[in-house]
Parts: sequence; structure tokens; C-alpha cells
Amino acid sequence: MSESLLEVEGVSVVYHTRQGPLPALRDVGFSVAPGEILGIVGESGCGKSTLSSALVRLLPPNGEITGGQIRLKGRDLVRLSEEQMRALRGRELAMIFQDPLTSLNPAFTVGTQLVDVQAAHRSKRSERRAIRRRAVEMLEQVGIPDPGERIDDYPHQFSGGMRQRIMIAMALMLEPALLIADEPTSALDVTLEAQILELLRQLRREHGTTILFISHDLGVIAQLCDRVVVMYAGHTVEEGDVESIYARPLHPYTQALLAAVPSRMHRGDRLATIPGRVPSLSALPPGCTFADRCPHAQDVCRRDELRYLSVEGRRVRCAMHDPMSGFDRDAQPSQLVESETAA
Amino acid sequence: MAIALPARHRVPLRGLSVARLLREVARRPAGRFGLFVIAALFVIVFFTPWIAPYDPAAQHIIDRLQGPSWRYPLGTDDLGRDLLSRIFYGARVALGVAVPAVVGAVLLGLLLGTVAGYAGGKIDNALVVVFDTLQAFPAVILALVLISLLGPSLRNVIIVIIVSFAPGYGRVSRALVLSVKQNSFVEAERSLGASDFRIAAVHVVPNILAPLCILMAMDIPSAIVVESGLSFLGLGVQPPTPSWGSILSEGFDRVRDTPWPVLWTGLALMITTLGFTMFGETLRDVVDPRFAGLRRLRRP
Amino acid sequence: MSDPTRNGTLVDLEDVRTYFYDHRGFVGRWLGRPGVPVRAVDGVSLEIGRGEIVGLVGESGSGKTTLGRTILGLARATDGRILFDRRDVASLSRSQVRSLRSRMQMIFQDPYSSLSPRLRVSYLLTEPYKINRVPVEQRYSVAELLDMVELSSEQASKYPHELSGGQARRVGIARALALHPEFLVADEPTSGLDVSAAASVLNLMKDLRQRLGLTYLIITHSLNVVGFIADRIAVMYLGQLAEVGPTERIFEAPAHPYTRALLSAVSEPDPKQRRAEHKLLLPGEIPSPKNPPTGCRFHTRCAYAQELCRSAAPILEEVEPGSVVACHFWRKVRAGGDEVGAAGPPDALAPRAAG
Repeated sequence: MSESLLEVEGVSVVYHTRQGPLPALRDVGFSVAPGEILGIVGESGCGKSTLSSALVRLLPPNGEITGGQIRLKGRDLVRLSEEQMRALRGRELAMIFQDPLTSLNPAFTVGTQLVDVQAAHRSKRSERRAIRRRAVEMLEQVGIPDPGERIDDYPHQFSGGMRQRIMIAMALMLEPALLIADEPTSALDVTLEAQILELLRQLRREHGTTILFISHDLGVIAQLCDRVVVMYAGHTVEEGDVESIYARPLHPYTQALLAAVPSRMHRGDRLATIPGRVPSLSALPPGCTFADRCPHAQDVCRRDELRYLSVEGRRVRCAMHDPMSGFDRDAQPSQLVESETAA
Repeated sequence: MAIALPARHRVPLRGLSVARLLREVARRPAGRFGLFVIAALFVIVFFTPWIAPYDPAAQHIIDRLQGPSWRYPLGTDDLGRDLLSRIFYGARVALGVAVPAVVGAVLLGLLLGTVAGYAGGKIDNALVVVFDTLQAFPAVILALVLISLLGPSLRNVIIVIIVSFAPGYGRVSRALVLSVKQNSFVEAERSLGASDFRIAAVHVVPNILAPLCILMAMDIPSAIVVESGLSFLGLGVQPPTPSWGSILSEGFDRVRDTPWPVLWTGLALMITTLGFTMFGETLRDVVDPRFAGLRRLRRP
Repeated sequence: MSDPTRNGTLVDLEDVRTYFYDHRGFVGRWLGRPGVPVRAVDGVSLEIGRGEIVGLVGESGSGKTTLGRTILGLARATDGRILFDRRDVASLSRSQVRSLRSRMQMIFQDPYSSLSPRLRVSYLLTEPYKINRVPVEQRYSVAELLDMVELSSEQASKYPHELSGGQARRVGIARALALHPEFLVADEPTSGLDVSAAASVLNLMKDLRQRLGLTYLIITHSLNVVGFIADRIAVMYLGQLAEVGPTERIFEAPAHPYTRALLSAVSEPDPKQRRAEHKLLLPGEIPSPKNPPTGCRFHTRCAYAQELCRSAAPILEEVEPGSVVACHFWRKVRAGGDEVGAAGPPDALAPRAAG
């Protein structure tokens, strides 16, 4: 593989609680090439928000990265001190969040916040005017009309969609190599979402920005991303390019997920659902965490930790696709009864 | 009375039982202290007639102005009355006034505040004006004015406290009601045909009791202080009923002869206030982070 | 195409309007300044046939939730008529309103905040009977209600916060079913749910329609949901209907530019259908319902807009039997390919920050 911008390898994160340590992420690994848009998809509880916090080293006080490496341009972020990380944040790595209302400080004008980002890294006063000019440019690039005037407005004077754009502008002020977008469009209307997605594509096209896009929405991921990583209960379970994963998902969870999305295509039928519930982090079963809900599960699935292997140009964590696991490929999948605890 | 309420009040106290709450409070040193003090006070209040060594009004002139001794554990005052017994009976008065008064204030404030928050419109505006006006008076002045209008007596002290504290609870209740009303279960019940009264009584009020209880715990010392203050000035409970305030007052007059009455009463007031306050604050700390679902964390 | 009202019309809306008046406080009212109304629903006429599932689609600010609440009487209609089973709702006496209430119910958007938090599920499911003094023979037992929504009877003793999102949603549905309604308004039935939980809720709703003969109005912003479950779709924009028609027709041959834009914006979970060109990108944002544009409300963002659109509001015209659209140029929209340049008229990008 040619030089990746971001390489995540074997990362594990644990939350320390009064009930003991909760393993939020286990052996998470993937890589992002420069200029690529990688999607991370999973339902609630899969660990994707933990992952995004871990990448920028902003886990809550009780969170700890207990293993693995996060290599950004070759540098391992896990080993850096907080000061070194601060120098990186905003500059090499930037993040945008779901709710722009709470991410923008309501007490300061947009201009102040945009300029602050840069000024934190360079503090000569003479440069401020140049920075402000650049801020106006950024606002224009993200599609804010009359940027020269609106830069002095307060966040509440903008609508939700515009605030999201401002957040993107803020993230891009220092031209970071990697932009992490954590559910940036989940709270937006569909037409606004389309605008933001187009904006992200434009950024990649014109600036070569690499984007890590985290979402639970399979549709958005399909439309935007080049490759996708599927997460379940703290593990990465499948990774590959978007077209082949959607056309031929290998992991049973990915298959079930795709079959459960409502669309016009399924009119007249029932949607496929996944019986059972995501296991609680304090009571993770041994072996494959999906086994209890998987129609293909066999004893081997529950025995050992599964390996994350390369199969057909992808990576999958599933006994079914691991030739050395002892999985019986001729067995019939069982008909799992949809238990009444279906979520 | 203003205590900062925890933010995020949409749905307070999800499923915490009283027993679990108390256990959590007891886990913290401040909470343990508070619980101990409160327990001790309640024992005193209920069992004083049996545990107090003497009749608090009984004068043993021969033994007047003594310091602590085996016969009189806390000493005697200038009339030879046993200080320990007087302080115990004073505790009865203090709590016997403060607790019903604060409870009364909460009930009255809750009722008015719920009506205000629920009815809205002109009724709400009118009630808010009443609350604000009453709260605009410095508590001391208000208490003095009221007690002089009503005449000094234990019963009237209770009334004064209720009137002084109720507006605060009224405002708080109203704010809580307004916040809870935003939840869609209120609308859901309406769509099922529930009357406003039912929604208020069954669905809204139970959800706002929790923060009120915390405030109540922290207000009891204030009420005790009001009662003591009025009694100190001679406007509260009348002799021969001993009140901490009156013991203090007499004690100050004779402080050159014997410091003990002032000392012990002051200590009693201090410990009581500390106890309730620590309990209330611990209770709030226990309940508050739970609202947000966070846990108190320990670094490994 | 069969007539959706062949089994009779259950709900008939005639030019319904719901305005919210923004009271400028105490003093403002005294001085006689009523404030600018928020025209949340501004003239909606729609018929819902018995046994139908109608999907009401729109984005935020479209007024779809307000319309749902108005139908149920949770918001007061400022104008227009609402007929339920051919009786005008406004003209009913109090006791008639009560019996009407039991025939139509709402499933609320937030699964948790619509359940009273300090009460157990069993209480929540018996309360409707207590409130309405329903005789015992006509009541469903708690176990029966839970069974209807595919929950085990163990859930009866739980508190709402102990339930998962999907379970809480189902309890809300069970409660709505308690009074044997004929008509259910479901407000964003899949919001806040994971993909799989959402799928099972949709399946459940379909089953219930079959078993209990229910009629649904499903309010959502998701075209995927209505594509899957609705018989007919009504598209709302800024308080008015843009287009109404059978699901197939709306998806295959939309007649309103807004519908086209919505469809184009929907993210299909199919990478092969990527619309890299995105010609139908809607510029700007939805204007404020306090100050809607003149003429056709959509003209400020519409790629087909002409002078006529600015001055005259279009009325709903029939496209074909059972389909109506409110657009002066719907024929062009239907016939035409995609528009060149999605920039639209010059004032499309004028900043219109909400409120």
C-alpha cells in the first residue's frame, strides 16, 4: 500500500468506571490514503464516537488508549504529549461535529472564532489582518453569502445549515491534512445534507483534503465515500471499497444492515431485521460479538478471538471467511427466531 | 435561599430509589456527617422527655452559673437551669418549627408555582408578581413585620417562615413545571383525554419533587436561624419554652458571668446548620451527575 | 390506479390553516400589537381514505408536524375545516370530542420523552382506560397490548428509561392502540432508532395496518421510509402542499421542482447511483414561516422560476387522477430533463437566517 495519511493499527480504548473497565474499542485498524474519503459506519454503541475522540486524543478523563498506534504521516499520535497534540489539532487534524449549535461559541462573533483558530498557532499581530482575509475567503468557499459582512455576525444569527458550513470553514482554516467529520449531517434536512456533502466533495476535489466520515447513515456513506469501515460493538468487522461492500457484503452484520435499510425497492415485503440487541460493553460474549445474532453462527465463532483478515481485497473479521478457523462452510444457516427483545 | 439547581431538568431522577440515594450519600464523608447530625437531632426531638436529665424550666438556684460537671453536663445558666436539658428542648423547638414550616412553604410554593406554570397567561403573570414582590423584601424585615402583625408565638413563627420561604419555592416550582411541560408526554396524555389537573398531579408534579427536596434539606437551617433570630429578639417562642434563640439572648446578657450558654447554643446551631447543609449538598451532588449519566470517575 | 378513498374518506382537510401568534409579551399585547404570526400550516386540503397509509413529507419548517397535531386537536386550527368520518371536528360537543379522541391517536417523535418517566409501562398502558372510564369488557389487557407490539410481558414492570429506543417506541404505539383507534398519526416513527430497530418498527406498523384495519398518516422527512411504507405521498413546503400522489408516481415522475430536489438529495444506499453531477442541488435555505416569499413559496430556490411564480401563488391542479401539484410549470418539470445550472433566480442565495 502506498504511503497512507493515517494508519490506525490495533487500537484499543477502555473506559474506567466504577463497575470496572469497559472495553469500548478493541483492535481497531484501518488506513486512509491521502485525498481519500473513508467512511466509518455503525449503529449506536459500536464505538465510532469513541474512535473519533481517540484519534484527536480528546477522550474523557476516564478513557484510556490501552494499545495500538495511530500514525498520522508516520508519527504515532498515541505517544505524543498533550502539548504536541495541541500543536497538531487544527493544523494537521481537524474535526467537525454533529451539532454546530454547541460547537460554536455563542458569545463570540464568527470572525473572532475563525481568526482565533489560526492565531493560536501564530500570534504576530501583523499577521492578524492576513488571517482575517483568509477567514473571509474560507467563508466564501463554504458558501456563506456576503462573507465580508457576515463574518462579524454571531452564531445565532445564522441558520443550522450555515452554522455547519462555518464549522467546516473553521476546521479548514489551517488547511489540515485530515478532516474528521463526526456525523456532520445527521441533524440536517435532506436538502441541506446534500449541500454539505457536495461541499465536502468539492474540498476533496480542489484541495485534496482527506476526509474521515463517520455516520450511521448507509445512504450517505454510499454517496460520499470511496471506502468504508463497518464497526460493531467496538470492533472493525469489515473494510473495503464502497461499491464491492454494498454489492457483496461479506460480514453477516454488514449484510443484515444493508438489508434493513428501508427503501422503495422493498415495498410489499418486510424489511429484514436483526434479532436481539447489541451486547452491553460490560457483558461482552467471548469470541465474535455478533454470534448471538448471526444466522451463520457456529461454535467456533464463540471460542476464540477472531482475526481481521484480508479476503478478496477487503478485510473481514468473521470465522466464515477465515480458512483457519474451523468453520464448517457446508452447514445451513439457522433460522433465528426474532425474539421479543428485538430493539 | 438561592441554591443553584442542576441544569438539565427535563426528566429528573430517573429511577433512583430513596434507599439507593441515601446509601450514595452515606458513601461520602460529608454526607455521613450530615446524616449523623440529622439522625441525632431526630433522636433528640423525639426522645427528649426521656433523655433530658432535668426539667428545662426547673431552677436550681444553688447551682447557678456553674460550668460543666457530672451533675450538669453542660453547666447551668444564671437561674440554675440545666443547659443540656434546655438545649435539648430548644432543639425540639428549632426542628419542631423549622421542619413543618419548610414543608408548609414547599407545599404552598409548589401549589402556587404549579398553577402559575401550568395555567400561564394572566394567572401566571399575577402570581409571578406576587412572588417577586415578597422576595424583594429582605427576609429579616419581612419576618419582623409579619411577626409584629401577628404577635409573637410559636405558631406565628411557623406562619412567618412559610410566608417568607414560599415565594422562592413558587418560582422554582414554576420554572420546573415549565421545563417539564416541554416533554411530549404532557401532550401525549392530553391526546388521551387526560384533564389538566390529572396531568399536573400525576405526571408533572412527581417529576419536580426531587429538586425541591434538595432545596428543602438546605433550607431547614435557614428556617432554624429565622426562628432563633426571632426568639433572640423576644419575638418568637415565648418563655418558659426554651428556644436556642432565647437561650442565646439570656446568655449574652450574662456572658461575663458564664460563657457556657452562649458557647453551647452557638455550637448547637453551628452543628445543626452544617449537618443539614452537608446533607443537602451531598444529596445534590449525588443526584446531579446522574442527570447527565456521568459517573464520578477514578483515574487508574 | 385505484381510488384511495374507495373505502370511504376517513379524514378530510379543507383549507386548514394553523397560525401561531408570537405574543410580544405582556406589554406588547396591551398596546395592541399582536405580533407577526408564524404561518405553520397555510391552506392544506387533503383527503385520507380508510385503510390508507399517507406519507407526509417535508423538511423542517414545512409545517408537517403542526398539521399532524392540528388534525388531532393538539393544536388549534386558525381556519379551515377538519372532517373526521364526515363530521366536522370543530362542531362537536365535549363528550363527542372525547369519543372522537379515542378514534384517532398520535405516536410521538421522541420515544422517551413521550412516556411519563416515573410511571411503569403497565400503568402507562392502563391509564387511557382510567381517563376515559372505559368499561372492562372493552379494554385490552396490558399483556395483550404488549403482545400486539411484539414486546414480552416482562416489559410491563419497567420504567421508560429502562427500555431501549425501539422498545420505548413500541410502548408508545401500544398506548396509542389502547383506545381502539382507527387513525394513527405517526410523527417520525423511525427517528432516533438504529437501522434494525427502525426496520422492525416499520414492519410492525405494516402488520398492524393489516390486522387492525388502521389508517396512518406518517410524518417524516425521510423519503426512504415513505417509499417503503406509504401508499400515497404528500409533499409539504413552508406550510403548503407542493404535490400529492401515489408513491410510485411521485418517485418515478415527480411534477414539482421541490419534489425533484428532495428525491435528488436522498442518499440511496447504492454507490452505483452516485449523482456526481448533482444538478438539482437546492440553493439556500428554507425561508422563515413568519415571512414566506410572495407568490409561489418555493420560487426563491426554484430552478424553473419565472416572473409569474413571484407574483401568483399556484393552486393544486390535477396531473392525472389521484395526483395533484401546485406549480405553474409542472408540465415542464415532468417532461424536462434536469435543469442546467442549479443556481436558480438571483435572490436565491440571499441570506435568510431563520428567525
